[in-house]
Amino acid sequence: MSLSNEPFQLPEIVRTPSRFRNPIGKYRLHRTTACTACGRCVEICPYGVHIMKRGKVYIKNQYLCVGENCPRPCHEACPENALSLKRNPDFDALGDFRWPADLLVSTWYMAEFGTTPSLGLEYKVGSSGGGFDKLRILMKKKTPGFDDISDDDVDVGVVLNRRNDNAHRVRIEVPFYGGGMSYGSVSIATILSRIKAAAALGTFCCTGEGGYPDELKPYDDHVITQVATGLFGVREETIKRVKIVEFKYAQGAKPGLGGHLLGDKVTPGVARMREAVVGFPLFSPFPFHSVYSVEDHKKHVDWIKAINPQALVSVKVSTPTDVDMVAVGSYYAGAHIIHLDGSYGGTGAAPEIAKKNIAMPIEYAVPKVHRFLTEEGVRDKITVIASGGIRTPHDVVKIIALGADGVCTGTADLVALECIRCHNCESGRGCARGIATTDPDLMQLMEIEWGTQRIINLFIAWRKELIRILKRLGIKSLKELVGQTDCLVHLDYLKDRSTV
Amino acid sequence: MPSKYVIHTKPVPHRFEPITKSGVIAWEEGCLKCAVCVKNQCVYGVYDHRHMDDRQMVDSIDNQCMNCFRCVQNCPRELIHKSINPDFMVMGDSHWTPDTIARLWYQSQTGKIPVSGAGYPGPFSGPGFDSMWTDMSEIVRPTRDGIHGREYISTTVDLGRTPKNLVFTGEGEMNEDIPPLVHIPIPMMMRLPRFGAVNDQTIKGWVMAARHLDTLLVLPQEICSQYPLEVQRHLVPSIGTGFKKMAPNKMTRMVELIWDKDWDKNIEVARYSYPSAIVAMRFPLSQGVEEDIPTALDAGCPVIHLEGRMDGTTLDQPSQYIKDGIRRVHQALVERGIRDEITLVASGGLAMAEHVAKSIICGADAVILDFPILIALECRMCRRCEKGLSCPVEIDQADSKWVARRTINLMGAWHNQLLEVMGAMGIREARRLRGEVGRAMFFEDLEKDLFGTLIKVKEGYELE
Repeated sequence: MSLSNEPFQLPEIVRTPSRFRNPIGKYRLHRTTACTACGRCVEICPYGVHIMKRGKVYIKNQYLCVGENCPRPCHEACPENALSLKRNPDFDALGDFRWPADLLVSTWYMAEFGTTPSLGLEYKVGSSGGGFDKLRILMKKKTPGFDDISDDDVDVGVVLNRRNDNAHRVRIEVPFYGGGMSYGSVSIATILSRIKAAAALGTFCCTGEGGYPDELKPYDDHVITQVATGLFGVREETIKRVKIVEFKYAQGAKPGLGGHLLGDKVTPGVARMREAVVGFPLFSPFPFHSVYSVEDHKKHVDWIKAINPQALVSVKVSTPTDVDMVAVGSYYAGAHIIHLDGSYGGTGAAPEIAKKNIAMPIEYAVPKVHRFLTEEGVRDKITVIASGGIRTPHDVVKIIALGADGVCTGTADLVALECIRCHNCESGRGCARGIATTDPDLMQLMEIEWGTQRIINLFIAWRKELIRILKRLGIKSLKELVGQTDCLVHLDYLKDRSTV
Repeated sequence: MPSKYVIHTKPVPHRFEPITKSGVIAWEEGCLKCAVCVKNQCVYGVYDHRHMDDRQMVDSIDNQCMNCFRCVQNCPRELIHKSINPDFMVMGDSHWTPDTIARLWYQSQTGKIPVSGAGYPGPFSGPGFDSMWTDMSEIVRPTRDGIHGREYISTTVDLGRTPKNLVFTGEGEMNEDIPPLVHIPIPMMMRLPRFGAVNDQTIKGWVMAARHLDTLLVLPQEICSQYPLEVQRHLVPSIGTGFKKMAPNKMTRMVELIWDKDWDKNIEVARYSYPSAIVAMRFPLSQGVEEDIPTALDAGCPVIHLEGRMDGTTLDQPSQYIKDGIRRVHQALVERGIRDEITLVASGGLAMAEHVAKSIICGADAVILDFPILIALECRMCRRCEKGLSCPVEIDQADSKWVARRTINLMGAWHNQLLEVMGAMGIREARRLRGEVGRAMFFEDLEKDLFGTLIKVKEGYELE
């Protein structure tokens, strides 16, 4: 936070291994009884896969094996031919087009070590066959003067208030903050891990719709509270507590559709937070039933400003075909931040037909909005935040080059907490891995300190990678990258394929 | 306002264990017999009632596993693994994908919309309908919440010719008879799939479903005539060459002819035999079909059925999809000023609920479904039946009531999904969705505009 003059101190990386006994890697090693425990494999493996214990050799960290990419393969060096290597079938059963197994496993790696994986894992792009996954960053072959500048001299922070009005002069130290995940959709341990990590990283995290739990009080300066269509948990007091208030008009995972919390899930705790009746279902309608025009929208923004004159107002919208008009309308209504939420994100359950079809991909929405705001002459007066499918630091660079100022993350945070993307967030007792659940037993599966450090590690790795890329682009400040589409090429339209 | 059309669904169990995407491999050898085994900790209780289906050799855990990987990741001897099921991956083809088939099974079994968490996992875009997105409204277009029932969205469509204008006599009486219109409460009709281990019981089940849903089922004429007259209200006899005049049947509301060399002879026979029916003409969806449509209209066929291939392409051009074909025909008819006199009905490769909405946006009034109602009966699209081999899921043994209930569940799930997308678009009537390309976004427009210029690798640069 920039409110004090103390320089921002980046938190430490602390190695934070998996909560599970057997982390999943790409390869499996098999050791036969021919092994004589000569220790050759322990000696040569650069990744600490093998260990020697009481005169016996064990495979300890199988998940760190880089397989065919290994410069000193143990299975070739073994004098007894006792070792064999094959692909791990579990790895191949993981993931999807957006988050292939490689991205999941490399995100887990970053969350453990705070650095990008060295070999054999594709951590930059997924395999959706379009958008981010077909865009490539154009790096300079030589960047004189950039090779030996310190990471601290590259600025990846973002100033969120560009109106120069009375609101807080908020700056985030990394170009991302945590997207809204409500109390109820994820566990309190997940919420606290995200918010504590956000505080440590000098950024923010949003509460989502559903209230502002008291446990978050110590982090008020890093909380964004959400005002959504159901107005659940919105009070004057919570609006006054924070520096940023977010209006949620729509969410990318279910654009145009309302939310529905089943009666069973309205427990006494949830009911208290949402000021509702225990056991009765709650609808969060679509859209705001009091907003049918920009003027109506302005009334909402003014209302927030009257209660908390220094608050920044963010407007979170989905990506319809007229998203550019919506963005300009939000600017004229007085918003500081326009937050565009594309459809690949989201944690709660949503109809698949909605996720797949309704509204446009974020990679289209951002350049459209950037262009329109620029033509309107107001681009430098509003901050554009993109979310919904930002999986890697490379996605961050691409979307900023397409015209965003920064991004919101959500799924990436959860993957750091070892979400495996089984897509069963809301079935039965909720997340079996204890992340997106309020089941008392399942919540025990994760501890706040562990979760906080995993998220910190992931984003330190992202930050390092962003700085590396900026240096290769010959840029010292991320803000110079905004809208610089000439840093990108699209593989489908590339003229000279020989350069790939 | 008519009372709200609701398709009541209830779970209808499958007869065969579905093929799952991945399976659990749990070795016993080397087991430490831990006091607290990871299998007992399964959140979903998958291992609690584990059994083997002897007939199909399917382990129940494969179907119940929800892929949380906790047992895989916690067994101290690493004896449990997940593995992709090759039987799943080879199902169907590139259009009727394993995932599409599995989702159709799910909807037919539960009657529910497929819902999942954690964002959209699929490809960026794809061929055919996968290269378009539907729109939604943010602030300025109020929408309706169709499923949760607070507002009314109509999915009714009309089949037949609407006159361009009404003509009155000097006394204010209507000068001509209004041509007949058939209203169906959902823009979805059904017909027999081109292959399938289908028998009388199966067809009877589909007939029952068509009646229950109050929609239409297209069947060969000789099959229609076997059903009682009151049932024939919901059947569309398909008439081919060789059909002879028969005693007039006044219950039938629509008949279908095929655009072939004998069409003009058949139309006469059809008119005589089905005097109160609207005549539909089935055209192959190919280049230039829009040139022939006015001829059919003039001859008295106001319903035009555009038939694509089962893989969703048009009949003569593999690179053209029915999405493109429907748009082209719709646009041509609009330009000729005859679009409102014609009802366009599309078929071929419609495999998901979104294809219904997208067909209508592209310009169809309604669609005809074939293979989805077969896959509702657990069909695996293995096409053994085409070779005269036995059906692995014994569709020909299925009871007609089961067939009807599975079909109703599928249509119920699709109807609700249509309401979802219409609600998001702020459209209250399926009739008004027709040709509304403004409520859609097309890959070819957006992609070229936004990414088409990102083409150059400058000197001294390289890609990452």
